[in-house]
Amino acid sequence: MSDPIVHVRDVVHDFGRVRALDGVSLDVEPGVVYGLLGPNGAGKTTLIRVLATLLRPTSGSAHVAGVDVLADPTAARARIGLAGQFAAVDAYLTGRENVEMVGRLYGLRGSQARERAGEVLEAIGLADDADRRVSTYSGGMRRRLDLAASLVGRPQVMFLDEPTTGIDPRSRMEVWELVVDLVERGTTVLLTTQYLEEADRLADRIAVIDHGRIVTEGTADELKERVASAVLEVRTAPDDLERARTLLAGIVGEEPSTDPSGSALRMPARDGTGTLVAAVRALDGAGIAPEDVTLQRPSLDDVFLAVTGDVPTEVSA
Amino acid sequence: MSAPTTDHAHTVSVLRTRTTPATAVRDALVIGRRNLLRNVRLPQLLVFATVQPVMFLVLFAYVFGGAIEGTLPPAAAGEYLNWLVPGLMIQVAAFGAGQTALGLAEDLQNGVIDRFRSLPMARSAVLAGRTGADLVRNAFVIGLMVVVGSALGFRYQTTLLRFLAAFALALLFAHSLSWVMAAVGLRVRTPEAVQSAAFIPVFPLVFASSVFLPTATMPDWLRVFADNQPLTVVTNAMRGLMLGPGALPPGQDLVTEVARSLAWVAVITAIAATGAIRAYRRIAA
Ligand SMILES: Nc1ncnc2c1ncn2[C@@H]1O[C@H](COP(=O)(O)OP(=O)(O)O)[C@@H](O)[C@H]1O
Ligand SMILES: [Mg+2]
Repeated sequence: MSDPIVHVRDVVHDFGRVRALDGVSLDVEPGVVYGLLGPNGAGKTTLIRVLATLLRPTSGSAHVAGVDVLADPTAARARIGLAGQFAAVDAYLTGRENVEMVGRLYGLRGSQARERAGEVLEAIGLADDADRRVSTYSGGMRRRLDLAASLVGRPQVMFLDEPTTGIDPRSRMEVWELVVDLVERGTTVLLTTQYLEEADRLADRIAVIDHGRIVTEGTADELKERVASAVLEVRTAPDDLERARTLLAGIVGEEPSTDPSGSALRMPARDGTGTLVAAVRALDGAGIAPEDVTLQRPSLDDVFLAVTGDVPTEVSA
Repeated sequence: MSAPTTDHAHTVSVLRTRTTPATAVRDALVIGRRNLLRNVRLPQLLVFATVQPVMFLVLFAYVFGGAIEGTLPPAAAGEYLNWLVPGLMIQVAAFGAGQTALGLAEDLQNGVIDRFRSLPMARSAVLAGRTGADLVRNAFVIGLMVVVGSALGFRYQTTLLRFLAAFALALLFAHSLSWVMAAVGLRVRTPEAVQSAAFIPVFPLVFASSVFLPTATMPDWLRVFADNQPLTVVTNAMRGLMLGPGALPPGQDLVTEVARSLAWVAVITAIAATGAIRAYRRIAA
């Protein structure tokens, strides 16, 4: 295992009385996509802001590309790229002007900045729209432009904070392709997401964060093994719910949880359709007619349930 | 997606990892240019910013002019417009300063300041580029007051040099207020809050001053405030420079009033810039 390119130790950050990060430690190997998965308010943005030198944590240490971000933020900034949770681009400038400006602020001279802007706009698929004002761009295009701007400095580490939240499916696919592209070129990517599917698709390793703590860490497969590959949801008449729970517990080997609506039971289906068939048979034998039975991919809630024993509570920002 | 010609990573970086005074100046120019482009690309912003003072100019000149001309010192050459234009230049500076707060609050809210702060650029450039661009903008709007005033009949009564000195004084004062508003914008942080925090306090300051009318007829308690607050001091010095020492209130001389104005500008700039830089640093806390 090579030396980690992102190395975080015991980072705590308090916003007044709110503890946003509660002792986070993690290591990211070079050349991977690392996913930070967690619900709203978990502390994802706060951690990214610490790593991108925007926020001094209350305590702890962080190194990026061998640079101590607290001791030498300017050196760290020359090695990182950041695309924040909202596209930070100027609507009244053209796409090219936005990217060129960032190039100049990285210290590139006029012609170098122009050349580099052309390269990244090409790479990100915006070359044809580069000379239009950003006010005419779609949300997805703005997002990609924001990414282009953060590529200008040829970062060794890219931080992407919820890169696909709030954009259309097509732009989402394009952002995913871009992340894959980046990593193939040797950039390390640390991205945050609220979607297990996204982390699953992109990330080599995933850390699940909740209430400012890393609650579990591993490859996507390791994580899902802890949750089961599928989740069975059974909806019954309210009167039958508790009987069904006892019955199904015997089949899946653990107590089913109640879904947020209160009228359905959720449980891991380790044998997939086999579990489903067994469940339906058992219910039928007990004279319970389920209203709905579905086999689902585990959601983030399921991962949380498995890892923390509790569904995530949304912390309002 | 086609591949770029160079690798993203593992190339020997030509990028800076240190900032120097020279890079700080270049960064401030880059940011300043960006801020000015906003005014050029969205000209409606400038139009809105200039309609109000031009309206004041026309309304005050014709509505108050007749009633007040008789009470003006002879230095105004019998024209309220000559008296009014120096005051309106300061009024424009006072109201225009809120744009500095607004610009910074918007940049904070849109994440642009985060982007800048994640780049290896000089930390000073965001504030220097903002107040610098607003200085250029102020020069344009204050200059427009002079142009429109001249079209209506305003004439300075001294020398071109003194007129230019007055213009420079107005710009310095506008710049000091920009720093005040930079500190305000970085503290209140949202454009909505700026609307009240930056614009409302300006009204009493502009009206309880010599900007529109001489302070002589104000009740004592108000006059003590009006005579000593910076808008009056600077406006009086401007009138002294543009219309002659006879435009100053009785007992004042030009050199002293210009010196007092510069002292106000220096004190406001020093305090406000310190406050703004501190507020900017605190964003990182
Ligand atoms: N500037 C701030 N001031 C006060 N509290 C904040 C601030 N930023 C974030 N928080 C709080 O810190 C916690 C973590 O927030 P954040 O890192 O934004 O979470 P996420 O990005 O995972 O949604 C939340 O409880 C949020 O309300
Ligand atoms: Mg967030």
